[in-house]
Amino acid sequence: MLKREKTDVLVIGGGAAGMACALSAAKEGVYVTLLERESSVGGVLNQCIHNGFGLQFYHQELTGPEFASRLIDDMNMENVKIISQSYVRDIDVRKRVAQVLSPDGAYEIQAGALVISTGARERPFGSLLIPGDRPAGVMPAGVAQRYVNLENRIPARKAMILGSGDIGLIMARRLTLEGVEVVSVLERMSYPGGLTRNIVQCLEDFDIPLHLSTTVTGISGDGRLRSVEISKVDENFTPVPGTSRTIDVDALILSAGLLPQVEDFSDDLEVDPMNRGFLVSNTCESSTEGVFAAGNNVAIFDLVDYVAAEGWIAGRHAALFSRGVNTSGDRVPVFRGKNISVLVPGIVDMEEHLRLYIRLRKPMEKGVVVLKELKIEKKFSYGVPSEMIQLVVNRDKLQPLMNYGKLTVEVQ
Amino acid sequence: MEGHITCVICPVGCKVSVRKEGVQYTIEGNRCARGEEYARNELMMPKRILTTSIGVSNGTLPLVSVKTPRPIDRARIKEIMKEIKNLSIAAPVAVGDTVVEDIDGEGTPLLATRAVSCNGGREKTTLPT
Ligand SMILES: Cc1cc2nc3c(=O)[nH]c(=O)nc-3n(C[C@H](O)[C@H](O)[C@H](O)COP(=O)(O)OP(=O)(O)OC[C@H]3O[C@@H](n4cnc5c(N)ncnc54)[C@H](O)[C@@H]3O)c2cc1C
Ligand code: SF4
Repeated sequence: MLKREKTDVLVIGGGAAGMACALSAAKEGVYVTLLERESSVGGVLNQCIHNGFGLQFYHQELTGPEFASRLIDDMNMENVKIISQSYVRDIDVRKRVAQVLSPDGAYEIQAGALVISTGARERPFGSLLIPGDRPAGVMPAGVAQRYVNLENRIPARKAMILGSGDIGLIMARRLTLEGVEVVSVLERMSYPGGLTRNIVQCLEDFDIPLHLSTTVTGISGDGRLRSVEISKVDENFTPVPGTSRTIDVDALILSAGLLPQVEDFSDDLEVDPMNRGFLVSNTCESSTEGVFAAGNNVAIFDLVDYVAAEGWIAGRHAALFSRGVNTSGDRVPVFRGKNISVLVPGIVDMEEHLRLYIRLRKPMEKGVVVLKELKIEKKFSYGVPSEMIQLVVNRDKLQPLMNYGKLTVEVQ
Repeated sequence: MEGHITCVICPVGCKVSVRKEGVQYTIEGNRCARGEEYARNELMMPKRILTTSIGVSNGTLPLVSVKTPRPIDRARIKEIMKEIKNLSIAAPVAVGDTVVEDIDGEGTPLLATRAVSCNGGREKTTLPT
């Protein structure tokens, strides 16, 4: 028999979501255990040494590590048992038992309620379908960020960045500051993926060119990357003949976006096909009772403030569930109308305020978010896919949904 | 003081142009007043917060992340980075520790943004702020 421990609330993954969750559960007065596979908690915050975190959650502009240390200090004042170097290999969602691997061996934890906050991973290289060799020097932006900011290793002399999402832009600046020549950033879309602020402060400040409607069409080098071939692409991302050229670089940094990390537990829990993360209600409960999820494994959030706020709600409901307090009320499903890609939550529970997170499909100069059955509209101007739209509806206003049995969210 | 500036204060991202006519400046393209002030500052002396990391000796991590608590002259960032590259400090380090008293000659310090404990020791605790 494996050694078995017990706890009220078990939180799996110690990033921003997991830490905020553990903190709020502990404030409800229950026993909380937080498991983290790395040797310290913090998650992706530890390697995001730039500033731009916490304006909403802490009303102060912090760097990633500072945001993490605020949460760690707060957790240390409460009754949270943090166990690092513990990897959760599997969970039994119905019995709420987690199987843990640690340097001390394997064991099980039986929990009153479970919260999964395992974050996201980077989109793998294979999914980009670039022909050619697979030499060293081709790496995801998050891996490069880890090398430079945590491990003191500079992975390039002359680098190109593929993808203009914020992670790619931030790495363009970071590598430049460390003395690497960043030749250019390529984006296959006709508009940049990241925030204007990052285009200005990470690229223009350092005269790094951004080539739109351009992608990598070939890679060569044996052992180490020697050069890449780049081409213009049309609106279907098909390379335009006669536009290719070869550029010598020893690193190609891929910023292809993040994917919610769900595969370890997705056999038992429902996943939203568009968000690609766990389907949750506004109480952060998954498709199985007593199992909650929050953070980047629900959907890719652009602000840590949203992630921490969702973790906080998950923690409170998990704590109440573990004490046998039934906090959930009537529920209706949420349907995605037009112009929306990411949409959280997938279910509205009448007992909790509704916090909607919406990502647009494409940039829109003007628009209105419509919550059809609630007859609520919110106008916006200059909406871009890189910035989520957040909308909060007080639970007192949710009752009309019961007459319709659903909520439809669309952008006009 | 003339040129084009992309305002980054909000997602609209106005392209603001600043021209000198005689003793007057004309500022155009901004959709609100905040853009005018932003463009003026960007043209006169753009400033940025610098975040980077420096080496740690005898620590549980090889690096500690650092920042300037206020924006510094953008034009000096390259040379300041060269200086920082040659620095290292000894563990333990706590969040908020002053790593360099004056990094830009204007009295701006460089502060640690992460705690690093001594190799084999416990992490130095930080007081909640
Ligand atoms: C490069 C980059 C720049 C960003 N910049 C900003 C910014 O400027 N401003 C801002 O507000 N936000 C920013 N963000 C977003 C924000 O940092 C993230 O949304 C947030 O930190 C994600 O937190 P999380 O807890 O969901 O995930 P993570 O931080 O990924 O945490 C997940 C944790 O779970 C652990 N884990 C995973 N699986 C297991 C398992 N099976 N067992 C045990 N542990 C496990 C992982 O080790 C990790 O510690 C940025 C993100 C990135 C990647
Ligand atoms: S000028 Fe005003 S509207 Fe235009 S980007 Fe700046 S803050 Fe936004």
